[in-house]
Amino acid sequence: MRFGVVRFPGSCDEVDALLACRRFADAELLWHGDRSLGGVDAVVIPGGFSYGDYLRVGAIARFSPIMAAVAAFARDGGPVLGICNGFQVLCEADLLPGALLPNTGLRFLCRQVDLTVDHADSPFTRALAPGDILSLPVKHGAGRFYAPDDDLRGLEENNQVALRYALGENPNGSLNDIAGVTNAAGNVLGLMPHPEHAAHPLSGSTDGGRLLQSAAHACASNARAVA
Amino acid sequence: MTGVRVLIRPKAGILDPQGQAVERALPALGFEGVSDVRVGRMVELEASDPTRIAELCERLLANPLIEDYEVVVTDDSAR
Repeated sequence: MRFGVVRFPGSCDEVDALLACRRFADAELLWHGDRSLGGVDAVVIPGGFSYGDYLRVGAIARFSPIMAAVAAFARDGGPVLGICNGFQVLCEADLLPGALLPNTGLRFLCRQVDLTVDHADSPFTRALAPGDILSLPVKHGAGRFYAPDDDLRGLEENNQVALRYALGENPNGSLNDIAGVTNAAGNVLGLMPHPEHAAHPLSGSTDGGRLLQSAAHACASNARAVA
Repeated sequence: MTGVRVLIRPKAGILDPQGQAVERALPALGFEGVSDVRVGRMVELEASDPTRIAELCERLLANPLIEDYEVVVTDDSAR
């Protein structure tokens, strides 16, 4: 099973994501200017400041040549994980619902937070159980999840809220304490906290690795099912 | 070429912490009685085909989920 981690100009977490993925499967970097995903089994859109985040966070990266391939891969049910800026890019690309607004406190935040798993249906959460607590770092200036009232209700009803900040931990003013959401089909997950920075024992928590390991297992069992 | 000014603002009802921060700073400077401060963005551009400005706004300049935009033609003299 092979992960592909997309590198945009301005990405800064792609190497951590690559190394975190390699703890559980093969992984390679994909260049934003490419038009093909090179046959990878899962895609990670990493954190950073793609294209300087000019105009709005994630707004310009969505027009990268590789994003058409990512959109097609997602439409076909391929697992896609957007982390932080990657989450923002996937929202701008309409592959995930909602938008990420500047933190209510207007400050760039960098701290460890506790999350609870709300719904565990995506390939990245399948190995987890609702109610599990994960400790992951956040580091962002625009992580306030927003969706209009009707959309928000729809997300809750369709069980698309994968992760919430634990009680009292919401760092950025996200509606309904939402830290991570999936698309309607459940194969695309975006989250503001950084699983790739919490995959090695040296980083204090290895909870982030569980998301990547879950996807690696999901892809491997799919492959067995097809064979 | 047509000169165009696009005004982009946070949608009504969306918390605008930047506007709030500006509003809170005003009394310290002696500006009383200022409320409902909202901070947006302005983009100026020149377009050879102004009929596509709305599409350009919808797809890139504004995110219609969180922002309203207004297009103002500033100069449509032929050059």
